[in-house]
Amino acid sequence: MLGTVLGIGGFVAIVGLSQTAAGQIGSTFNRLDATQVTVADTAAGKASVPTLDFPRDADALVDQIHGVIAAGVWWNVTFKSAVVSARPAASGSSQLGLPVTATTPGALTASGAILAAGTLFSQFHESRAQQVAVIGAAAASQLGISDLADQPAIFIQGQPFTVIGIISADARIPQLNFGVSVPASTALRLWGRPPPSAAAQMIIHTRLGAAQVVARQVPVALRPDDPHLLTATAPASPAQLQHSVTASLNTLFLALAGIAVIVGMIGIANTTLVAVLERVSEIGLRRALGARPVHIAVQFLAESTSLGLFGGLIGASVGVLAVLAVTIDHHWTALLDPRLVLAAPAAGALIGLLAGLYPALRAGTVEPADALRR
Amino acid sequence: MTTASAEPPVIRLAGLSYTYPGPPPVPALRAMDLVVRRGEHVAITGPSGSGKSTLLNLVGLLDRPTEGTIEVDGLDVGAAPERRRAAVRARRIGFVFQSFHLLPHRTAVENVMLAQIYADVPRRRRYSAALAALAQVGLDHRADALPTALSGGERQRVAIARALVNHPSLLLCDEPTGNLDSVTTGELSGLLAALHREGATLLVITHNPAVAERAQRRVTIRDGMLAEQAGTAGAAPGGGSPAGGPGAPACRRLACAGRPRRPGCPCATWAVRRWPGCSSARVAPP
Repeated sequence: MLGTVLGIGGFVAIVGLSQTAAGQIGSTFNRLDATQVTVADTAAGKASVPTLDFPRDADALVDQIHGVIAAGVWWNVTFKSAVVSARPAASGSSQLGLPVTATTPGALTASGAILAAGTLFSQFHESRAQQVAVIGAAAASQLGISDLADQPAIFIQGQPFTVIGIISADARIPQLNFGVSVPASTALRLWGRPPPSAAAQMIIHTRLGAAQVVARQVPVALRPDDPHLLTATAPASPAQLQHSVTASLNTLFLALAGIAVIVGMIGIANTTLVAVLERVSEIGLRRALGARPVHIAVQFLAESTSLGLFGGLIGASVGVLAVLAVTIDHHWTALLDPRLVLAAPAAGALIGLLAGLYPALRAGTVEPADALRR
Repeated sequence: MTTASAEPPVIRLAGLSYTYPGPPPVPALRAMDLVVRRGEHVAITGPSGSGKSTLLNLVGLLDRPTEGTIEVDGLDVGAAPERRRAAVRARRIGFVFQSFHLLPHRTAVENVMLAQIYADVPRRRRYSAALAALAQVGLDHRADALPTALSGGERQRVAIARALVNHPSLLLCDEPTGNLDSVTTGELSGLLAALHREGATLLVITHNPAVAERAQRRVTIRDGMLAEQAGTAGAAPGGGSPAGGPGAPACRRLACAGRPRRPGCPCATWAVRRWPGCSSARVAPP
């Protein structure tokens, strides 16, 4: 019975833990990466001259794809020296080396920018190539800007920009947290296309589970004439991840649990066989009282089956407790298929039944005359 | 004896033989004939190895004869299929064993109820019937005691209640007092005699002359053959013990049964050791 307890317990614990672990990995991925698709301008990265393969209406084109929440193009604008200052015509010492990023309004939304003050730029700023900027909270304090009420201005390479918003946090484009971002059309007008070393890319925020589908559609939607210019990258599917984790855990540990179950089965068979031998006189008595061999066999089968059933019940409980202990220790969410927990005692009973077959046969063939002499 | 001639005897053995398979084959019973009628109290005595146990196994349908027929209540069961023999065991034969054979973890009343399982007694009637059987042997006040808490005599009375509970045609007792002291043996043989007076048919295999003498008929088995010993088959139920006493011819024959042909048999010494009754007045008729 101990073997059955260990076997069934191990079985439930292993399956439960692998389910839990897989679910845990899945939920980590679901939160951020599983909803993000990035589209790289691979052709521009290999080109010798500054190129931009995203069409001007890229945001609107991708927004039409089902499953897309927000999408936008962005690139790093590179300068040879530090160029940002809070005052016009500043000398070298007051120029700050802040990163400047060209973003479409969609990119700001898709990257998950959270505003501390003001507003993000809109389609109006983009279409008119307005000289406006959204700056990170760190950049704002470096530039001495704390209040947007009087429309403060900053200068990039001497060009004035009106600061319309301050970002407190951005989840997906870290430069925005401590740099300056300007509308993509403004950057194009003032500084031209992005160089191959800093090619443009697109960030897409999708609904949960839509990332893979969206990634397949985006290059065609943006450049139906030549989809190979762009490469869309989606995160590994959580389902695939779960599967691989479960599979690797399962093959190893299920084999161990299977061995434990077999050991338990041998244990029950042994216990029942010993019981048959020990209770030969009881068998003789029952035969003398009118029991047929089939009655005796069924009695011992019932005993071994209930032994297996109890082993399965205790094993299932131990397994569930083990899963709970591990998940509580790791602050995970326990994940266990209720069908598995219900099936475990039944499996134990079946093991007991199989283990009892031979002893029951032996019990049925005991000769009552011999048995009573003991 | 009030047995109607139309009624078949409880037991009829005809030409019954049993040979233990070899090698070499050992003949245990040779062409034995015996009739036990309803209401009789028959004692079978004989030395060890004379074939008593073999006879008990055959009459109790635990074994099949090599030759001959066994009839229980007129049913030929010697060659019947096992299913029918099991049913006859359950309903028509009540076993009482030397070593009691009680289940140690079951109470007295549960042990009695065990016999009803295989006789297909409806579940709700079992308890009251088992209690009634215990009352018959005067043990209903210990119904919920475990066998370990009972004395040897009480255990054997539980076993007798178990044998009685299905109202069998025959009570088959194998050395019922073999594990009991002399006082308890007296009580138990008194109980068997009382059951006989109430109409039970008893076949008692025993070594103990005190028990054998309570029987109406005494049959000796020796080298696989039967010999009617004392008393008469026609005696009334409860007709008292046959004549006997210290040195009585019947007693002496009984005492030396199995050894008479050996020259120089130390009969007196042996009889004193094995048959304490022979040298005391305790077996004298009341």
